[in-house]
Amino acid sequence: MLRRLSIAVAGGLLLASAVAGCGDSSDSGSGDGGGGGDKITLGFSQVGAESGWRTANTKSIQESAQSSGIDLKFSDAQGKQENQIKAIRNFITQRVDVIAFSPVVESGWGTVLKEAKDAGIPVILTDRAIDDPDTSLYKTFIGSDFVEEGKKAGDWLVKEYEGKSDPVNIVELQGSPGAAPANDRKSGFADVIKNETKFKVVASQTGQFTRTDGKAVMETFLKSQPKIDVLYAHNDDMGLGAIEAIEAAGKKPGTDIKIITVDAVKDGMTALSEGKINFIVECSPLLGPQLMDLVKKAKAGETIPQRVLTEEGTFTPEQAKEALPSRKY
Amino acid sequence: MTNLVRHRLFWPTVVLVVLLVSNLIFSDNFFRITLQDGHLYGSLIDILRRSAPLVLVALGMTLVISTGGIDLSVGSVMAISGALACLLIGDLSNPDAVGPVLLVIGAAIALCLVFGLWNGFLVAVLGIQPIIATLILMVAGRGVAQLITDGQILNVHSAPYRVIGAGYFLGVPVSFLIAAVAVGLTVALTRRTALGLLLESVGGSPTASRLAGIRARRITIMVYVFAAAFAGVAGLIYSSDVSSADSNAAGNLIELNAILAVVLGGTALTGGRFSIAGSVLGAVIITTLDITAVSVGVPVETTLLFKAVVVIILCLAQSATFRAKVFGRFGSGSRSGSPRAEVAA
Repeated sequence: MLRRLSIAVAGGLLLASAVAGCGDSSDSGSGDGGGGGDKITLGFSQVGAESGWRTANTKSIQESAQSSGIDLKFSDAQGKQENQIKAIRNFITQRVDVIAFSPVVESGWGTVLKEAKDAGIPVILTDRAIDDPDTSLYKTFIGSDFVEEGKKAGDWLVKEYEGKSDPVNIVELQGSPGAAPANDRKSGFADVIKNETKFKVVASQTGQFTRTDGKAVMETFLKSQPKIDVLYAHNDDMGLGAIEAIEAAGKKPGTDIKIITVDAVKDGMTALSEGKINFIVECSPLLGPQLMDLVKKAKAGETIPQRVLTEEGTFTPEQAKEALPSRKY
Repeated sequence: MTNLVRHRLFWPTVVLVVLLVSNLIFSDNFFRITLQDGHLYGSLIDILRRSAPLVLVALGMTLVISTGGIDLSVGSVMAISGALACLLIGDLSNPDAVGPVLLVIGAAIALCLVFGLWNGFLVAVLGIQPIIATLILMVAGRGVAQLITDGQILNVHSAPYRVIGAGYFLGVPVSFLIAAVAVGLTVALTRRTALGLLLESVGGSPTASRLAGIRARRITIMVYVFAAAFAGVAGLIYSSDVSSADSNAAGNLIELNAILAVVLGGTALTGGRFSIAGSVLGAVIITTLDITAVSVGVPVETTLLFKAVVVIILCLAQSATFRAKVFGRFGSGSRSGSPRAEVAA
């Protein structure tokens, strides 16, 4: 029995590693052999390649490194913290000029970042924060402000219903419970609309950031809520699922029910340009150019702010039509 | 009266009815069914439509569990079948032609059959414990699905493909019809032929069955193939519903819901006797629970707790020992550990 069991486990590991191995191919996309002279070397450890958003994020960093003449050593952590710590230690041994990484989890970075600090290598966090109280461990954190995204969504709504006094019934599709984007997008939005009593969130449920759950929850909202004026979805995918539910109920998305979403991925932008979504708040993965700027400043020893926000906009249907042809993700 | 209460499906039915009625308190048109653009429309129709994937997966799981096995890979198989179908449809020159789409569907299900054979081979031929054998495909299969979709969400625009999950036939949801046909076929196969008896006998004691001349190995392989095929169809319904393949979310944790449905329906995880009607009822209860949580407005943070409480109540109600301890002294002489009524599904 034990032998059979070990065969099974070995087989499973083999299969799993074969599958994992396929994801490795992007590792070698770095610069041209060690970079001579005074070229800046950047060691970057990515979370993985779990979504289209993340893939676009990786591409942006690789492309902008190349165009700004920075030698990029890229490492994919495949969603594991230990891989990321190993990568950072490697970067320290290789004496790169700057280390940047997108932390897989929030905690447990103290030791390895201390090593980087002792070696005199500046560290930049991208897209996700860490919860270490010692902020001297990293130079800066560049990424989106999810609360701000929620506020932008709320601002549009306030403007859209300016001067009207009829009550506005809002339903909300939240992201995965407990995730920072879900919590912050909810609270930012609630902060803005609480000033006016006509806005009322009549139902708010999780759609798990997925299209299927977005559709399923919206189907139930449509039957349990007598009147829905506005849908606020924490990402495009849930909004796209909800559109299908609204159409199946014989209503027109964007007209009978106004829709606001966050992210601005290509599918969402397409629906926006067709008028099925009314407004999208961007959450951009394209932080490469900004990151390279910070890398150069960090290398030169200039002072940089502790928190840098990604340059992000918002889109109306007209703007979506313009932006769509050049949309990368 | 006592016979009715002792019926294996009595308590699950009570819970389902209570759930439905409690919905009525919060939204008074819960039971209303109307015609919308030529198809039936209403909360009850939603329950039927959205139960379909879970019913299919639970059906396969029931057969596997009746032989004393378990299949953890159904969720990954769902993801693979949806991913492959969407990938192939994306390559079609005319995705609105019915013929090629049917071919694609056939290919996706054929791939699932291969995975079922693989599971069956590991369990029946190599003798690996089912939970470990299917764990391999559960982990690796998700990777295969992500490989097929390149980690992205694949969108398709194909009218015939959409029909499977979001379409209607004579006003009735197609996904419900598919699940109903699958249930009908399985009931016919297991209750009108000797197959059901053979399954229960293999689940009861594989060795004794083999000595009695039953080809236990062949039966075991067959149930895993069935489970994978049903999971494949469920995956097609899931992805067709939103015309896209999401290899991360498709079928995620559905294996646990399916096992729960089977257990709620009164089939023991140790194998042997099984109830198809019970599993179907269990799957419908779980879907109704999901819909109720949303329509009653249970806060997001407590949704899982709400579901857990209902499931615990149901499990306690089904336990003869618990009922005897709590209600024994008031009851009409029902003994603890009372023999359960034999039921043909």
